[in-house]
Amino acid sequence: MQTPYTDSARDPATVAAILEAHRGTPGAMLPILHAIQDSLGHIPADAVPLIADFLNVSRAEVHGVITYYDHFRQQPAARHVVRLCRAEACQARGADALAGHVRQTLGCDFHGTSADGKVTLEPVYCLGHCAVGPNIAIDDKPYARVSTARFDALLAACGGER
Amino acid sequence: MTCTIFVPRDSTALALGADDVATAIEAEARRRGIDLRIVRNGSRGMFWLEPLVEVATPAGRTAYGPVDASDVAGLFDAGFFDGGAHPLSLGLTDALPYLQKQERITFARVGITDPVSLDDYLAHDGYAGLRRALSMAPGAIVQEVIDSGLRGRGGAAFPTGVKWKTVLGAQAVQKYIVCNADEGDSGTFSDRMVMEDDPFMLIEGMTIAGLAVGATRGYIYVRSEYPHAIAALNEAIANATAAGYLGIDVLGSGKAFHLDVRKGAGSYVCGEETALLESLEGKRGIVRAKPPLPALSGLFGQPTVINNVISLASVPLILQKGAAYYRDLGQGRSRGTLPFQLAGNLKYGGLVEKAFGVTLRELLVDFGGGSASGRPLRAVQVGGPLGAYLPPSRFDTPLDYEAFAAIGAAVGHGGIVAFDDTVDMAKQARYAMEFCAAESCGKCTPCRIGSTRGVEVMDKIIANQDRPQQIHLLRDLCDLMLAGSLCAMGGMTPYPVLSALDNFPEDFGGSDAAPDQKAA
Ligand SMILES: Cc1cc2nc3c(=O)[nH]c(=O)nc-3n(C[C@H](O)[C@H](O)[C@H](O)COP(=O)(O)O)c2cc1C
Ligand code: SF4
Ligand code: FES
Repeated sequence: MQTPYTDSARDPATVAAILEAHRGTPGAMLPILHAIQDSLGHIPADAVPLIADFLNVSRAEVHGVITYYDHFRQQPAARHVVRLCRAEACQARGADALAGHVRQTLGCDFHGTSADGKVTLEPVYCLGHCAVGPNIAIDDKPYARVSTARFDALLAACGGER
Repeated sequence: MTCTIFVPRDSTALALGADDVATAIEAEARRRGIDLRIVRNGSRGMFWLEPLVEVATPAGRTAYGPVDASDVAGLFDAGFFDGGAHPLSLGLTDALPYLQKQERITFARVGITDPVSLDDYLAHDGYAGLRRALSMAPGAIVQEVIDSGLRGRGGAAFPTGVKWKTVLGAQAVQKYIVCNADEGDSGTFSDRMVMEDDPFMLIEGMTIAGLAVGATRGYIYVRSEYPHAIAALNEAIANATAAGYLGIDVLGSGKAFHLDVRKGAGSYVCGEETALLESLEGKRGIVRAKPPLPALSGLFGQPTVINNVISLASVPLILQKGAAYYRDLGQGRSRGTLPFQLAGNLKYGGLVEKAFGVTLRELLVDFGGGSASGRPLRAVQVGGPLGAYLPPSRFDTPLDYEAFAAIGAAVGHGGIVAFDDTVDMAKQARYAMEFCAAESCGKCTPCRIGSTRGVEVMDKIIANQDRPQQIHLLRDLCDLMLAGSLCAMGGMTPYPVLSALDNFPEDFGGSDAAPDQKAA
């Protein structure tokens, strides 16, 4: 999935439509938050009171849920999101060295955005390809056995379209 | 004659370029005017061979791998679509020793069928278990699962049928079946493979569970890191619903079963069953105190079966073939098979379904082929991030819940992560504490504060500051976490930490790391 650009002018209408689509869904909080983030790229602060009203919970409750889960972001990410697996099976195959290279190449740390503003770097704890690490995902597309050279090539390839 | 070529759609195969290979095969066939049908099957689980391309021949399916898109023209030149010889030829897939030596009973279809084709599923024994279950009383279905000896595959190994019996006996207007598909453990991917490569098996298992306990609604809670699994499940659920295998009247039985997929949001502790239920209800994933058991008061306060993917996916086979078929495999109180996941620094990493009792060495050496780096294996972590690190002197331990408990380890979800001799075990111990600190739900102090303190203590040990005192402190912290945590997050983080310290003291400053003599 591509993280879309946001256009805050259409945010309220999008949020309203998403809420409407979840009327009657039991335990709708996470599905709503996913739907909002999938279409707007993040959960805008303005959406919080709307969600709270719709679900009949406090704003603090909605805010608490958004901040509890690493997946939800309150700020838009860059055009591309690189997630690098930092868990044990990838560690055993050189993920730490790859992480060093990636941070240096992008000029940012985990949870940060590259010096050119085009790539957000996130850690991830296992992508389920643990036999063939080190593994990364770029915009939800998985890549295995990522050497430093392969990473550079993948980054260059997404640079072409960014 | 049209030939049939199989190119996996499993996400690990995709991560290794399977889509590019499929596209290249299609283009090359068109260019040469050859009539081919490409089936996107699941993965056989031999990941070092992915993308593994198979060709249907009169003798059986013939394998080529690992295939790169750049190999495709050469494969055509060699006439691979008729099973022609090529440097990447592996012969008949089913004759490959890695597969031959397994007991693939739950994973029997995985890698063979098109995962979202209901016809394929039906042609390979699919829904035979449900058909039998529909002819049985709920209590008899539960008894069959109890008799099979199946224990929960998510980690705690609680007997599945016994849990179901509690839910069957509970009185409620609405009961639920919840599938724990959070698979947060590093080094595990068997749940992912079931969901991506044979999703109907999980759907069938949940439907049978619904019949058994009287639940008409089910949820599959899948981690957000698994987008391909979510897509495959949704496609399979739509197909099963369209064909009457799900919905208000399952196969004309008058019984309803509705199934929905819910996406997690990147929290490891949401794999803990009560935290998962909180999350499904739309809250922060904080662990609930037990009792009440989820079986009596689970999702939305109603009686709920919550089981791991593999637990539920084992059920169709048990119903189809009978409890004895399953129970006759395995040893001791560990019955049936476990899909082991060989991960990390191994030459031949992948999925190996074996009956309980196989030794770690057989898995690491006979299947895994030793380290991928060619260096000696030094440590193996079994059972995810909360599992113990074992040294080679433990490699003859049979995989069996009780045998592992006896050496202070846990089989868990069957993930086996191998490290070669470049591993620094103090660093791994620090990582275990760091992971706990990051993922703790925060409900209890030993876990929330203890893990943060644990990271600080490990930093001092690594920096060689007051090592004997710090190691003493580390052991105290671990004791506190073991004894005072509400769930296994805090309660088991000491496993990787203490096992690293006890089995690899040389990485913690040698004699400093020895258990405190005065305390003994
Ligand atoms: C921190 C933590 C994480 C867990 N993660 C998972 C998980 O990802 N998948 C899973 O099936 N069980 C997980 N469990 C175990 C569940 O709490 C529970 O035992 C399991 O869902 C029961 O299903 P089963 O009996 O079929 O194994 C976890 C437990 C803890 C304490
Ligand atoms: S042990 Fe940790 S994760 Fe488990 S309930 Fe306590 S604080 Fe939460
Ligand atoms: S540990 Fe990195 S993909 Fe599983």
